[in-house]
This record gives sequence, C-alpha cells and structure tokens, in this order.
Amino acid sequence: MFHQSLDWTVEMTTIPSTAAAIADAVRSGVLKATDVLEAHLARIAEREGEIHAFNLVTTDEARAAAARIDADVAAGRDPGVLAGVPIAIKDNMCTRGIATTCSSKILEGWRPPYDATVVQRLAAAGAVTIGKTNLDEFAMGSSTENSAFGVTYNPRDITRVSGGSSGGSAAAVAAGFSPISIGSDTGGSIRQPAALCGVVGVKPTYGTVSRYGLVAFASSLDQVGPFSNDVRDSALVLEAISGHDPMDSTSIPQGPLSLQGVLSQGVEGLRVGRITDMPGGADPDVTERLEAAFDALQAAGAIMVDVQMPSMKYGLTAYYLIAPAEASSNLARYDGVRYGMRVNAPDTNAMYSATRSAGFGDEVKRRIMLGTYALSAGYYDAYYGKALKVRRLISEDFDRAYTKADVLLTPTSPIVAFPVGAKSDDPLAMYLCDVYTIPTNLAGHPAMSVPFGTGAFGLPVGVQIMAPTLGEQTMFRVAASLERSMIASGGGR
Amino acid sequence: MSETASERISTEAVIKAARLSRLDLTPAEVARMTSQLAGMLEHFADIDALDLSAVEPMTRPYPLSNVLRQDVVVQGLDRDEVLANAPAAEEGRFRVPPIVGLDG
Repeated sequence: MFHQSLDWTVEMTTIPSTAAAIADAVRSGVLKATDVLEAHLARIAEREGEIHAFNLVTTDEARAAAARIDADVAAGRDPGVLAGVPIAIKDNMCTRGIATTCSSKILEGWRPPYDATVVQRLAAAGAVTIGKTNLDEFAMGSSTENSAFGVTYNPRDITRVSGGSSGGSAAAVAAGFSPISIGSDTGGSIRQPAALCGVVGVKPTYGTVSRYGLVAFASSLDQVGPFSNDVRDSALVLEAISGHDPMDSTSIPQGPLSLQGVLSQGVEGLRVGRITDMPGGADPDVTERLEAAFDALQAAGAIMVDVQMPSMKYGLTAYYLIAPAEASSNLARYDGVRYGMRVNAPDTNAMYSATRSAGFGDEVKRRIMLGTYALSAGYYDAYYGKALKVRRLISEDFDRAYTKADVLLTPTSPIVAFPVGAKSDDPLAMYLCDVYTIPTNLAGHPAMSVPFGTGAFGLPVGVQIMAPTLGEQTMFRVAASLERSMIASGGGR
Repeated sequence: MSETASERISTEAVIKAARLSRLDLTPAEVARMTSQLAGMLEHFADIDALDLSAVEPMTRPYPLSNVLRQDVVVQGLDRDEVLANAPAAEEGRFRVPPIVGLDG
C-alpha cells in the first residue's frame, strides 16, 4: 500500500496529493500557489538528500511563478488547468536560461536560449516548474546510475535503483516532491521507472507530444510523457501538453488528446489481449500481478483474448541497433564548438575528440560506438538495415494483434527495483530490463504503466497497457479500471 | 588486446569506429569495448536466421513527409544569447582552433 495518503498539512492548510485537486483549489482561491509550492519545497528539503531526484531545484524561479499565479487569481484571471501545480522536468528538456545538462559533463554550463514546447505549454496552463530531474546520461540507461551527477535512489527503498532513464522524474513523484513530473521514453524510460517507483507513467503515441526542445537521443523513438500518482492526473497533463506543434516536423497534425472524460466509462466489452508467445524472463512475483490484472479486468466486464506476437522477441535486438545508430548521429553535435565544455587542442579534429572523450560517460560512448559500427560501410546491411526490417515485422505483429484485441497487457518490467550496482557492470543485463517496453517505441504506439500491487520485498509492480496508434482513450479506460480495482481491494492506488 | 578479439568484431574495427565517432580510447578501453560490443553483437545474432528479403525497412512510426511551414520570416534565436553558450566566440562568430592540423 503505497499511497495511503500523500495529502499533508502545512500551517493548517491541507495540500492535496493530486494535481487535479491542487489546480481546482488554486483556481477557486481556496489555496494559494505559493503555499502549495512551499509545502513541496519543504518535502524536498526533508528527503532530497537521500533520494537525489533533482539535478537542480529552481526555488527562486518557482517562487516567482507561483506569485504570478496567485496574482492572476486575485485579479480574476484563470491561470489554467494546472494552476499552481508544481512540476518536475527531466533534465533533457530545454528550459530557457536554466541549466539543462542531460546529466552529462559535456553540456556543462549550457543555458538553453529557448523553452521546450512542453515546458511552454505547462507554464501556459499555470504549472510551476520546481526543478530539473536526474536521468541516465542522455537518457541512455534503465537505472539512473549512468549520471554524471550521481545515482537517483528509489523512494520506496533507498538501497535500490529508481529505474531509468527518467529515474529522477519517477522518484520526484513517488517521494511527493511534485504531484507531476515529465519524462521522455525512447525504449521504456518513462514506464519502467514508473513501475519501479510505484507511480503512473505514460508514453503517448509518437507525434502526439512535441519533441521540440527535447534533447534528441533516438529521434524515431523518443516521446515525451507524464508521471503522476493517479491515472486522472496523467490524463489531465497529457490534455495540456499534446496537440500539433509546427516546431516538430514529426508532430501529428491534430488537436490535443481528450482523456479525462473517458475515465469513468469502464471496460465492459473491451477486448484485452494476452500475448501467448511473449518473451519470458519475468519474475514470478511480477507475472502474478499481471494475472491479477487480467482477472480484475475480466471481473469488470472485459473480454480476454489470446494473441501472438512472434517477432516481439527480436525487439531488443532491433532497438539496440536502431537507437544507438540514431544516437551516434544525434550526438555528433557535441563537439565543443557551440555549447557545453571544450578541451583545447591544436586543431579542430583533435579538439572534437578530446572534448567528446572527456565529456561523455562510458554508456554513452558504448552506444555511440555501437551505432557508428552498425552504420559503417560493410556493416550497414548486416546490422542497421536488418534492424529496420525487424522493426517492420514487429509493427505488423501489433497490427494483427489489434484486429483481435483493443489493448494488450504485459508486465512493465520483468523485475522489481534492483539494488544499486547490481547490473552496472553488465550492459546486456541492463538492456534486458526493457524487453516489454521496447516494442511499442518501435511501432510508435502508446503504452502506460499503472502500479498494481507489490511483488518481492514489498516493492511496487507495474502493469503495462499497450494500445494501437492514437488509442489513448481506450488505454486510459483500462488504466482507470485497474486503478479502481486496486482501490476497491484496499491496496491503494 | 588480441585476447579480446572476437569473431563478431575485431580490435581494428573498434579502433576505426572510435575514430569515426571522434572518441579517443586508451588501449584498455579498446579492449573492454571490443569484448562488450562482441557480447552484444552475439546476442543480436538472433535476427540472423530471419528471412527478411521481402520486408520493407521501417524508418519511422507515423507516415508524415515533407512537412513544411509557410515561407515567412519569424523571430529566430537571439545571436548574443546563443553565442554566450559557446566555449569561445569572437565578433559574432564561434571561434575554433585551426581546421588544418599543425602537423599536416
């Protein structure tokens, strides 16, 4: 039982634990944004030392923003649907004038000259950015141990990892530092840490949330999405940040998602798919929770169907060739010329190499090397070219599965949060953490992780709900139904 | 280094990839990288058995192409703000070391 109640009291004012309740209270003048902010800053002061969710807490900027929200309310202006809601932003999203590091030494000193579209939209909706969260360097990792600024520890058990790469964002919500945080998901980087920290995490359909201002890792896979304590808050945030952006040429030309209205619709008659040939490797405590989720949905009126995904098991290979290939190209821009650090050398080529060798950490170097190799003359067809074809096979598997099922359910992560250091010497073992989350990135589909009880050591287990392109409404109906069944069974959210 | 050479990837191929990547690796790093990359490529050999001859490569998830905006002047980034982030700048430009190597 994780969320017995995150509500807490500060000087006789009760601060609600959800963004929806905070925004309602601030918009109606019941709560001041400044009080909401101070309560969260107090929480951070109390526990950040042992968790390290943040690379930077932007206290001054947040206080100024909260004061503006309160002034708006006092003047009769509506600050927006996220009025006064503290939000933590993964430190690979640009914030104008505020250091954005990607948890890499190579971006030392960089202050972006613009805000990411997501950051702009959150501010326009009245949200208050409280800080930039830690991540695996350039979002490459599954544990937030590959950060130039240190590990983010799991608030449920501080001897364990928070997952990754958006571990700081997941931990911030799990620790009550902010009711909402924003992450990015290239192969599971929102969903896996959400599962390990016991919060909700959503990767929307590729193209529904703008990538403008998200520092690129693998451009055909990256997507931005929210973390929250409950399903409704993620719906609320997605409504605020989704919708076409002319600054992102992969942005789908359509309006924002509409999600909150469907949450109460239930799952009667929805077809929930079980992948009978899903890759193995999930621990028994995790599969037990998946079975409980199938049972809960069936009890709520959903219809169980079996589907096959014969190519799903090749997802890991396709992903770990495609993502490093795209990364090797995207990270070519860190050359010591336009931003970040520089190691001086007598000529430009030597300067590029010296800068990159000093600035990138081991995992980033490994992926650049792997990607460069997979794209190089003589190996392109054998590796990158083949991976793109496997990507098609996986996408076609999904297309066939979604003729029989409306959503598919899997574990989010094959295991619960593991001890810090347990996998840091074995890159391949770390990559296997992403086996269930990667396929949806390859296909571009939406998927989300919902906390669904506990497994080994009383640690949280997440269930992953996957849906076809733009199937967010159905996905959220299923998520809300699972959440209701958890609350009804006395297990909290 | 030769003891880490693998059937999947040679030490020479790793050194070449490092040069293409503009990364200086020490001999110890080359050895470790060779063995780690070999282990990964070994795992990735699972797709070798697939017949992919009739499969079209998939480069991106959502079919959008040639997305253009109206050809009108818009406000770009502020030059001084951008150059303020550069490790070295001079007279409104990025400053870099000589392009041609001193030894060449």
